[in-house]
Amino acid sequence: MSGALATVAVAMLAGSLRVSTPFLFVSLGECLTEKSGRINLGNEGALVLGAMTAYAVSFESGNPWVGVLGGAIAGMLLGGLHGALCSLTRVNDIAMGIALMLAGTGLAFFFGKPYVQPSAPLLPIIPLGFWSAAPEVRNALAVSPLFLIGLALAVLLHWLFRATRVGLRIRIVGDSEDAARAMGLSIDRVRLLATAVGSALAGVGGAFLSLCYPGSWNEGLSSGQGLMAVALVVFARWNPLLCVVAALLFGAAGALGPSLQTVGIRWGYYLFYAAPYVVTLAVLVATVHSGRALRGMPGALSIGR
Amino acid sequence: MSTLEAGIEVAAIPAAAPAVAAFDRFYPLRRGLEALAAPLAALALAAALFSLFLLALGKSPAEFFAIVWKGAFGSWFSVQNTLVRAAPLFLTALCVAIPAQLGLVVIGGEGAVVLGGLGGTCAALLIAGAPAPLVWLAMGLASAAVGAFWIGLSGLLRAWRGINETIASLVLAYIGIALFNHLVEGPLRDPASLNKPSTYGIGESLMLPPLPGTQIHPGLLVGAVACVLCWVLIYRTSLGFAARVTGGNVRAAQLQGLAVARLMVFACALGGAFAGLAGAIEVAAVHGRANASLIAGYGYAGILIAFLARHNPLAIMPMAVLLGGIGAAGGLLQRRMGLPDATVLVLEAFIFVSILTSETLYGRMRWFQPRGTG
Repeated sequence: MSGALATVAVAMLAGSLRVSTPFLFVSLGECLTEKSGRINLGNEGALVLGAMTAYAVSFESGNPWVGVLGGAIAGMLLGGLHGALCSLTRVNDIAMGIALMLAGTGLAFFFGKPYVQPSAPLLPIIPLGFWSAAPEVRNALAVSPLFLIGLALAVLLHWLFRATRVGLRIRIVGDSEDAARAMGLSIDRVRLLATAVGSALAGVGGAFLSLCYPGSWNEGLSSGQGLMAVALVVFARWNPLLCVVAALLFGAAGALGPSLQTVGIRWGYYLFYAAPYVVTLAVLVATVHSGRALRGMPGALSIGR
Repeated sequence: MSTLEAGIEVAAIPAAAPAVAAFDRFYPLRRGLEALAAPLAALALAAALFSLFLLALGKSPAEFFAIVWKGAFGSWFSVQNTLVRAAPLFLTALCVAIPAQLGLVVIGGEGAVVLGGLGGTCAALLIAGAPAPLVWLAMGLASAAVGAFWIGLSGLLRAWRGINETIASLVLAYIGIALFNHLVEGPLRDPASLNKPSTYGIGESLMLPPLPGTQIHPGLLVGAVACVLCWVLIYRTSLGFAARVTGGNVRAAQLQGLAVARLMVFACALGGAFAGLAGAIEVAAVHGRANASLIAGYGYAGILIAFLARHNPLAIMPMAVLLGGIGAAGGLLQRRMGLPDATVLVLEAFIFVSILTSETLYGRMRWFQPRGTG
């Protein structure tokens, strides 16, 4: 029994470490964008376009890191478009996000057709499990450098929001447009940059999908991580450090079904995917009171009004 | 009377302009023209930008648009194909447009579509022996009830706890899809469906027959009737008026004693009922059983169509047909021009981005604005 439990635990840890990286990047990106007072559902498009671009660039250049850069730039361009168009009056950021989700996936499928077959050089793996003799543990701890970069980025963003001038400006713009105007901050510029950088991170998340795990490019690569990021950020209360927890949890929930399957439990394979969303909803019900916004939620966010 | 007060009086005159507009008899006409001109200009811009995109790829825009026209509306066959594709979008767009009257942004229609489709299938399987019209009625009612519950829940959470309905409906959509997958792959699965896990089929005899003389299923008619009824509800009843007052200013609505909370739940439930119905119609008219084919993004396409239609149910119909037509042309584009099937996605994205951006044009051109008589 305890052997089976250990197997499930190791498999879940492995699955969680493996699939959480795209969640981590895209939720950090979404967190940054939402901190500036705008919501970008188009990060799903940035993720898919980033995945395709990263794979194509890696294949053409022979260097997967150049591919990651390409993915980030592709995401940034799409996010920049969202940021620029939504600064026009009366343009709805939620609807525009969905339109750009379509644009990103459409462009990725359109230009990605020739790259489904060829195999591009993938990113290296860091074998953190070298100390163990058990192949499961070695397998589980073979993490991608992108995962470590994501962790560092979460700490960096947390520090940025808490202790720097730039972070304070982003938070002011996100919390109160009036205060930002009174301080002479350019609301549109801050939001444009926050959205562009946020989508660039989503593009890196996509690069992980195509260059690390599963490590190929095809049209079914994303399972909607870009859109789910919105729920992750709510779960994380707009806190970059909690985004790490959220990403690991959402990743683990996805790995729960397959892990249980390895020890012969088939029931609830698909139901476990819902677990983090049920938790998110429960957190919302437990903490939100009528008339009061969620703690940590940027005041100028359209979904907060 | 100080000069200060007099100054205030003078300053107040521009604010009274809407009252003057009552004398501007042609303003409603010009407002209608504005609502027509802005999206048409945006469509033209999208076509121009997409032409540049094609030219950059060395393809002929003229040939492209000729093929799109041919594939979408060029023959009776393609018109039918277009309308069949548009049918579910009428209903899923209503799922966004009705709550939008109250200022709510519901983006979880996808969850209501799949669960509605599953609920409708279960209803049909439970009373499989009954006469077909009775089964269809049961399917419709069950799917509408499931959809109404699922989206109504978002409205309830908003009204009860103040939880944002956009987030709640999105999260509920994921829960709904997971629930759907669990039931279709597990308890409700037909063991004979190996490659594509599905529920048991409702059977040939219970499939909705196409409209006489066509290949179009009656779902189109249901959608069109729903759109017209919703238009009447929104613009010609006191309930719709109350909803629009709430959407304009919640405080004013509450001061008037309108039951804002109840309106929110009702609007979300009504929208969800239509989305659920869309799922059941797809099952009864196209797939014959509930499976992953229902998770086809109808809910998300509905969001875009509702925004393009500016949440006016009558405008939903042409927008959905436009989108259905572009989708219908995809196959022909692939065969004739060697373009990947994602080309239609790119064209749709150009159109959506352009029309959503055109929202900023409203109120900017003087000619369309209300005029004083002086």
